[in-house]
Amino acid sequence: MLRVFLCVLGRDITLAMRRRTDVLTTLFFFIIVVSLFPLGVGTEKQTLRILGPGVVWVAALLASMLALERLFAADYEDGTLEQMLLTAQPPALLVLAKVTAHWLLTGLPLVFIAPLIGLQYQLPGEALWIMMASLLIGTPVLSLIGAIGAALTLGLRGGGILLSLLILPLYIPVLVYGAGAVTVSMIDLADTQPYLSLIGAFLLLALTLSPLATAAALRIALE
Amino acid sequence: MLDVVDLECRRGDRRLFSDLCFSLPGGTLLHVRGRNGSGKTTLLRALCGLLAREAGQILWRGEDIAALGEDYRRDMLYFGHLNGIKSDLNGIENLRVSATLDGDPAPDDALWQALGRMGLAGYEDLPTKVLSQGQKKRVALARLLVSRAPLWILDEPFSALDSDAVDLLGTLIAEHVDGGGLAVLTTHQEVPLTSGQVQRLQLGA
Repeated sequence: MLRVFLCVLGRDITLAMRRRTDVLTTLFFFIIVVSLFPLGVGTEKQTLRILGPGVVWVAALLASMLALERLFAADYEDGTLEQMLLTAQPPALLVLAKVTAHWLLTGLPLVFIAPLIGLQYQLPGEALWIMMASLLIGTPVLSLIGAIGAALTLGLRGGGILLSLLILPLYIPVLVYGAGAVTVSMIDLADTQPYLSLIGAFLLLALTLSPLATAAALRIALE
Repeated sequence: MLDVVDLECRRGDRRLFSDLCFSLPGGTLLHVRGRNGSGKTTLLRALCGLLAREAGQILWRGEDIAALGEDYRRDMLYFGHLNGIKSDLNGIENLRVSATLDGDPAPDDALWQALGRMGLAGYEDLPTKVLSQGQKKRVALARLLVSRAPLWILDEPFSALDSDAVDLLGTLIAEHVDGGGLAVLTTHQEVPLTSGQVQRLQLGA
């Protein structure tokens, strides 16, 4: 099991490293979207602090969406997806490996860039830590939920727009609690832990259900 | 080993075939023929469980393939119209991934040997995107050499291959069938298969 998981994970990461532009565009998209707001809104500290958490999270959602379309599409076109699903390995395991690779390449880097971005919004130190923590738990949820949408829209024309319409509403809870955690951390006497715990709960739920749902959707897409 | 009972398949609203029955014991080759659009690929995809069938049963060692699931997929190797190799990976990497996923991870020596036998010596570590169509197909067919699956389902395996490769593939299939394996294949050209028991199926007749 572990050998298969690592094999698919390694394959996807090797492929991404040989096409670095795909990964870098996502990161730069995130950086640019987040950096545009302070330029447009002005540099007033109070306004920026209110906007910051929400903007960073919305940008994270969009950046995650951007890369989702390619999650299965390339493998679908060259027939490797078909071959993978015809092997004796559990499809959910293969999906989990692919989603993990997707998160390592598009989600995890956001966690490390976020504090630098947060400085533009003049967020206090503690809020930056909370932002990193919320992104660390939240972005895997985005990849997992997104995978279901990517599998459902596989092979459709104009699938990209449909994917956003399907998936963005499902991202709302993560957005609310992710941005909420950062906002709350800037208020004295408020506790951020419930927010992070809730995102953690979403993560566990997505981790158990999403690979199964995605695998089922892929089977339908291949018919 | 492989029994098909009253199989019916549709594509869209069109019924491609119905009441299709055949039975293949070990050591048999099934040569599926028919004009374009007669449902050869559909039959093959139904046999590997990719397509839902309208009616009928497909039995592997007496059990329905849908119920067998992973146990059936372990025994089966499907080779479709798409090569199923990544253009950014080289031959060895492609073969290593498919061998690991097939559940029989082979040592690197065996992978190099397999590619060598497919006539790809010297091309093993080039990304497959720089190879020709025929060479890509050879990389994909190298899976046949490392796989231990008793059932091969091959859709047009001879297309894009040069005459040397056609001979080699013919030999491989013959060896497989001789060893008690099963092969189901579609092809428009005659293949020199002397050994084993050959059954022919004409679709759309």
